[in-house]
Amino acid sequence: MFRVLRDLLRYDGRFRFAFILLAAVVVMVLLSFVSPDDPNKTFVVAMDAPPSLEHLFGTSSRGQDIFWWLTFAVRNSLIMGVITAAISRVIAIIVGLTAGYQGGWLDRVLMSVNDSFVIMPLLPILILLGFLLRDMMNLFLLGVVLGFFGWPYDARLIRSQVLSLKERSFTRTAVYSGTNGFWITINEHLPFVLPIVFATTINNLLWSIGMEVTLSVMGLSDLTTPSIGTALFWANQHGALVAGVWWWIAAPALVAIILFLGLYLFFASINEYIDPRTRLRLIGG
Amino acid sequence: MTLLGVQNLCAYYRTEIYGISRTVRAVDGVSFDLLPDEIYGVAGESSCGKTTLIKVISGNIKPPLKVNSGSINYHFGTYDVDMVHISQEELRRTVRWKEISYVMQGSMSVLNPVRKIIRTFEDIVDTHERITDKKKFLEKTREHINRLGLPTEILDSYPHQLSGGMRQRVAIALATVFQPSLIIADEPTTALDVVVQRGVLQMIKDIQALSNNTVLLVTHDMAVHANVADRVMIMYAGRIAEEAPTESIFNAPLHPYTQHLIRSLPTLGERSTKASLRGAPPNLANPPSGCRFHVRCPYVMDVCRTEVPDLVPVRENHRVACHLVKEASL
Amino acid sequence: MSTTEKLLDVQHVTVEFHIGGLLGGLLLVAVNDISFSLDGDRPEIFTLAGESGSGKTTLSRLILRDLEPTQGKVLFEGRDLATIRKRSEFKEFMKKVQPVFQNPFETFSPLRRVDAYLVDTAVNFGMASNRRESVQIVDDALGNVGLSLEEVSRRYPHELSGGQVQRVSVARALISHPKLILADEPVSMVDASLRMEIVNLFRKLRDEQKVSVIYITHDLATAYYISDRIGIMLRGYIVESGPVEDVLDRPLHPYTKLLKESVPEPTTKERESWAKPIELGTTEVKEYGRVGCKFAGRCPQVMDICRQADPPDVQVGLRMVKCYLYRDNSGRPAT
Repeated sequence: MFRVLRDLLRYDGRFRFAFILLAAVVVMVLLSFVSPDDPNKTFVVAMDAPPSLEHLFGTSSRGQDIFWWLTFAVRNSLIMGVITAAISRVIAIIVGLTAGYQGGWLDRVLMSVNDSFVIMPLLPILILLGFLLRDMMNLFLLGVVLGFFGWPYDARLIRSQVLSLKERSFTRTAVYSGTNGFWITINEHLPFVLPIVFATTINNLLWSIGMEVTLSVMGLSDLTTPSIGTALFWANQHGALVAGVWWWIAAPALVAIILFLGLYLFFASINEYIDPRTRLRLIGG
Repeated sequence: MTLLGVQNLCAYYRTEIYGISRTVRAVDGVSFDLLPDEIYGVAGESSCGKTTLIKVISGNIKPPLKVNSGSINYHFGTYDVDMVHISQEELRRTVRWKEISYVMQGSMSVLNPVRKIIRTFEDIVDTHERITDKKKFLEKTREHINRLGLPTEILDSYPHQLSGGMRQRVAIALATVFQPSLIIADEPTTALDVVVQRGVLQMIKDIQALSNNTVLLVTHDMAVHANVADRVMIMYAGRIAEEAPTESIFNAPLHPYTQHLIRSLPTLGERSTKASLRGAPPNLANPPSGCRFHVRCPYVMDVCRTEVPDLVPVRENHRVACHLVKEASL
Repeated sequence: MSTTEKLLDVQHVTVEFHIGGLLGGLLLVAVNDISFSLDGDRPEIFTLAGESGSGKTTLSRLILRDLEPTQGKVLFEGRDLATIRKRSEFKEFMKKVQPVFQNPFETFSPLRRVDAYLVDTAVNFGMASNRRESVQIVDDALGNVGLSLEEVSRRYPHELSGGQVQRVSVARALISHPKLILADEPVSMVDASLRMEIVNLFRKLRDEQKVSVIYITHDLATAYYISDRIGIMLRGYIVESGPVEDVLDRPLHPYTKLLKESVPEPTTKERESWAKPIELGTTEVKEYGRVGCKFAGRCPQVMDICRQADPPDVQVGLRMVKCYLYRDNSGRPAT
């Protein structure tokens, strides 16, 4: 594990850059635990103050220090994204591997379910849920819901990979070694499927955080909980750009960019590293 | 006057990934000549360097492959070409397909699966020589196909409608459309059935006899060389082990590797036990010192482990790179 | 098992594939009414020789129970393979019948170490409970193919030569002490200088381990070298079969003769005769769809009757020839 990190840090410039960006994000998240300001309290500092040494990102029209508020926002957005990613990865892997390896009626059933989810118009459903569950909707619940909607594309991707792996000789070798279907999937197929899983995880993270931002900007999530989306909502609500409080929009946007860019480069580097073809070149094939 | 002169060619692959750098010395000091009007066979097993050799002499040099040293000089009748220094543009304009063409293993690399055969002909001819008179082009193409003994109806077919053997013969027809001076055939019949292989190789021989050009035939199958090639070069681990007229190679092989290769081949009608060679072809990123064959050689001497044997003529037209043979001939 | 029981009995099997869409499409008969058998008491090497599209790979998948025949039966040690339904029964079958595949580097996953498969085989077939216990068994199996656990342990496939990996593949097949090994083109992707070590290994398996081998190949020279009997396949039929010296030294079927002539010999002495021009067909599909003998389109001795109906199997001496030319010689067609 550490050797992987060491190799990547030393030789992959892209990874080094991503590491720096993500380190900044992690620092922000950690700082949230020592924030002097309670994000739930408003009008604690001077309003509309531009960025300065005292207030790194300035203050908002609601009398909150934007920097400290954003540390909570980043933490919450990330937590939600991770929940979504975890749930959807697990479902996608299980569905993809099973449908791919088993084939037959199980495959057909699973893919019908899969495709139904794909054609479902997600945004209207979430908006509807947002209205219905206004009081109960919080980031955690949103994460779970997105997790249950975020697996179909990736499940299909994994399934295609398994379908092609099934045709390869080494699958037959495993069969004639007496291995049963479950262990063939784990031992033979999963290592090839993992790079896809990694690649789609970052997609998934970005998608879920993006979804959250969309919903929050429209005012459909729990607006008292700080998140990148709600930051933009409140800024918009108070007409920040018109009032000239540009830093209230710029700061969450900047943080979002750093987060997205960092995540993307991080996973692209790791993905290349664990890709079977790269591994083969490394080992010396 | 030689068609091609290769002197001390060294071509390596250099890769660097996550701090691990590897240099694969795929072609390491190769010198040989190609004469006009001959079929020259290159034999060798996997990782002997023959694929790299062809890439380099046909100008297909892309990173991580690089020519380290040596020269590759062509003499095409009226003009000369220095393959190491020629630009890709000039290569495409004057040399590729007109003077040097290729037939590869697997015709699908040259036949477009979604276009009829005649369209592929059009594409290739147009790329190298603008077609001005379409009717004349069609006529000439039909003539060319007929002269090679192929039915003209294949021109209106798609590749998947033809058998593997027919596709390969179409690929040969494509390769000869400009009457090139050199045809490089890289394992042209390896995936084909024995009967089809015979037909395809006969076609290659006929073409060579008709146009008196040179065919560089690369294959690991020694039996093919025995029946098709005029001269054969045996490569081992990036270097030439032996080069001689086909008859000498098969009746009186001198290099221990060649000897083993020939003697270990089973022939129809023989069931006596054939021995196998110990060891395996070396890793070209870390080749053995001295003679690269010394690890597996049954006649290895001390000098073999430290000094690289030179490729020297020991008889007329017969070159061998072996300390034992050199000693014996002195 | 009585001494007269056959190890493998393939009875009139036919395998049909439908290619193409729901409407129309082609019926491809990959294996057409094939019968042959292997004795139970005497291990032998039986070669199935043929070109691509001859049906030999389909036939091998049938015997490995990877496919079901459209018609006919495959009996192993007296039991019809189609009656094997439970996984436990299939495992018992696999212990006795093992495959060796063509491409050594595809036989094992490039991301797993090769000895892992040997351990898996030993554990799955109940010969050891875990890795530690399997060490002796794995080492013995490797020893039988001329390797040791030390050489191979913890190695990935690409760290070994093609010949070594193929030997590991054979070792894996030997772990369960099978009665029959199906080797599908086991040396066609192995370097020439390493080929004989694998081919010699099969001989050793028959003589010392008493394992029968069905050797599938298009290389007649290695087939001649190690087989006891050979079956020549063409487009789903076995056109000639019998003791290998009979069939290949004195071929009877015109196709066998053509095959034998077309094999290039590693000597310059045959150049003239090999260069004799031959005709090649344009499409394989035409040959498949042909009524009557599949070789009629290319046969130098074709007669009218050849194009009308499938030729009968005729017994000539110790062999079987599927050709109208020999029907008169022996009188009645064989069953």
